[in-house]
Amino acid sequence: MLHFGRWKLLTILLVVLAGALYTLPNLVPETVRYQINEADGSREPRGIWRYIPSSTINLGLDLQGGSYIVFEVDMNEVRTAQLESLAADVRQTLRNDPPLLPRSVAVVGEEVVVLMIREEQRDEAFERLRELNGPVTTELGQPGLAQMYDMQRDGEDPSAIRISVTDEQFTAIRQRTLSQSITVIRRRLDGLGTTDPTIARSGADRVMVQVPGADDPQEIIDLVGTQAALSFHLVDNTINPGPNGQARTPPGRTIYPVANTQPVQYLAVETRQLLTGENLTQSNVTQHPSYVGPVVGFRLDTQGALIFGDVTRNNRGRQFAIVLDNEIITAPRINEPILGGSGVIGGGYTYETASQLVILLNAGALPATLTPVEQRTVSASLGRDQIESGTLAIVIGFAAVIVFMLAAYGIFGVFSTLALLVNVVLILGGLSGLGMTLTLPGIAGIILTIGMAVDANVLIFERIREESRHGRTPANAIQAGYERALAAILDANITTFIAAAVLFMLGAGPVRGFAVTLGVGIVTSVFTAFVFSRLLAVLWLRAFKPKSLPL
Amino acid sequence: MSLALVKYLPVTGNVPFIRMRFFALGLSALVLLFSLFEFANVGINFGIDFRGGIQTEVETAPETSIEDVRTVVSALELGEPRIQEAGNSLEARHTILIALPLQPGEGAEAERANQAARETLEAAIAENFPDAQLRGTTVIGGAVSGELVVTGFTAIGVALFLMLIYIWFRFEWQYSVGAIVALIHDVIATVGMFSVTQMTFDLATVAAILTIVGYSMNDTVVVYDRIRENLRKYKKMPLPEVLNLSINDTLSRTILTSATTLVALISLYLIGGASLEGFAFAMIWGIVIGTYSSIFVASPLLLFTQVQRDSGESSDQ
Repeated sequence: MLHFGRWKLLTILLVVLAGALYTLPNLVPETVRYQINEADGSREPRGIWRYIPSSTINLGLDLQGGSYIVFEVDMNEVRTAQLESLAADVRQTLRNDPPLLPRSVAVVGEEVVVLMIREEQRDEAFERLRELNGPVTTELGQPGLAQMYDMQRDGEDPSAIRISVTDEQFTAIRQRTLSQSITVIRRRLDGLGTTDPTIARSGADRVMVQVPGADDPQEIIDLVGTQAALSFHLVDNTINPGPNGQARTPPGRTIYPVANTQPVQYLAVETRQLLTGENLTQSNVTQHPSYVGPVVGFRLDTQGALIFGDVTRNNRGRQFAIVLDNEIITAPRINEPILGGSGVIGGGYTYETASQLVILLNAGALPATLTPVEQRTVSASLGRDQIESGTLAIVIGFAAVIVFMLAAYGIFGVFSTLALLVNVVLILGGLSGLGMTLTLPGIAGIILTIGMAVDANVLIFERIREESRHGRTPANAIQAGYERALAAILDANITTFIAAAVLFMLGAGPVRGFAVTLGVGIVTSVFTAFVFSRLLAVLWLRAFKPKSLPL
Repeated sequence: MSLALVKYLPVTGNVPFIRMRFFALGLSALVLLFSLFEFANVGINFGIDFRGGIQTEVETAPETSIEDVRTVVSALELGEPRIQEAGNSLEARHTILIALPLQPGEGAEAERANQAARETLEAAIAENFPDAQLRGTTVIGGAVSGELVVTGFTAIGVALFLMLIYIWFRFEWQYSVGAIVALIHDVIATVGMFSVTQMTFDLATVAAILTIVGYSMNDTVVVYDRIRENLRKYKKMPLPEVLNLSINDTLSRTILTSATTLVALISLYLIGGASLEGFAFAMIWGIVIGTYSSIFVASPLLLFTQVQRDSGESSDQ
């Protein structure tokens, strides 16, 4: 216990040095460490910082200010859309040559039910529909083990075929919906020009968005919570939509409200989508002689331009409607064919609303509606206050513990103070080096660790005291003290570590930050107490060769 | 550096802890009964994490009173508001915490209603108190708050269970039972404390309880470790005396560690700011109750579970 080999000594010094190196950047201003490029905000480490760690601890949103919002994807909507598109595929497949005519193809509950006109055609139809089926495409784009659909001939009704989406397929769709949503959200937030937003999956049907520095959560909710499904339709003026838009519509027609009208007006349009948002290649805020104020200009892709050219040529004098999320945002009259594949959406935009629409159109539509279910926003000033009070609490707590230990243990108190200092350096270095995030509860974890870290030292010192009273020499007593205290130290710290691990695995949001610092702190405090302070005690023994212990 | 005050602390104390066990168990029973009674009658003041709803922290001019704010917020008719001063005495700012309950509705509709309520609230504050600064808002929907409750309590349960298993492996089952009873004792007493003081019980409090559990276990394990050692060392000594000796052997450690941890936590409580106040409070209480339970609950329980004496190798001392 008292012998430290050369390699052991070197390892201890290396660990302490590494901790110090990773802690160092946190104490040096950014402008010293980095060459910051004014033009694009990018930065390069400069001078010595090219060779040693230069990054600091990530601060949680509660410390730097910003918004944390969790959105839930409406999976019922996704399921319904999946069944509807399946029903459309079924109709199309049965219409193929030779046609097998169904009496009806309908979504009933969670199934698509096909009823054949002639019962004897059911088997043939069933065989043909099986072409629709295939293995599930997994997230990695490979075929999975399960089939996409579960198809069955109904046991009681000889004309019926029932098709349902398998759980595996729905899981795959769910995952695809989430990853698509994340891609679209990322493009939208990038369009807003926010700094380093974090967007991640959270559970089975949620997406977590973290935007540092965003004081106004509404801006993000508006941007992310809008589906931005855009489509072009021809207006059917022969149908009177009724005062509330409640009129019965013939098949193939849909009534939508017109945006920004008071009282709300309605228009009936052809349900068929001429173009969708996917045909848009680029949009921007611009001016147009026919409108007052800014308008949104858009360009169509080649195919979109052809369709749009044909439609406008053949329907001169009619109105077409641009529908965004079930609302008509504009319905201009077609005065002449538009062949260039570009156009404008105008009417009552301010510069802000026009820019927002441009971001939404350029980023594309979300595959489903997103609803905010949890939102936490901290202003930059509150974040600053929390850092300040947290740091002050660490410093004062640390000072108080040091005074206490020095008073109680004298020279051994010096050892434990140094060990405690190394401990804090290792915690901070560990957080920096592992890229962990420090939150306000994380600061509480550090303070708690400072208080509890001395426990290992106290256990050892008390043991040394006891052994020394039993008449052992100082070297013997120190040896026995460290040896015998080990079991209790390990048992005690492992139980606390269990608590930290459980918190980390089950804990939500900021509480995880507490678990992280507590967990890291337990490991470093066992190391500093058992290895580092022992080294100090041994060096002291060798240097002074004391006759008795000052305990 | 010969000034080491610990010299004046006896290495092995001489306090008849075990003789006090009936008094202590009676006291514990009283505390637990009172805690459960308060919990059932008054209940816990759950924070926004568990209750759901809308919470806003606003910095106002010093002359703005809670009553002014209440009048404005009540007029919005968004449910019964809870309004209280935030921040502690050491902070120069005058901040007020406004909480609104979950808005009625089903699923996504309710979630949007919550967000709408937040906007209405913020607009009303801006209009009526032009000097007010928004410091932070939190909106937690019904689904999420429900999940947080489940996760929070699952975390406590899982942690207790894992520690039970660990102690069972490291010691014998008799110790395991004693330790876990002591832990449950601590958790109930903490919940009772929150019922009595009506301090806000939120996610951070769950973290605090888990840490208390860890700390109390830590304390208990140190004493148990010594009991096991002394049982091997003094084979003829009656069990109550071994228990008492072990508690006394570790007494100075218990006092010193509790003291340093308390010192650190008190600085957190006084300086750490409003968000950590509840957490620090729970921890301070937890250290006190955890230290008490290791000495007065976990150890005397070994008398009742009849711990085995003849296990382990014999000692030559």
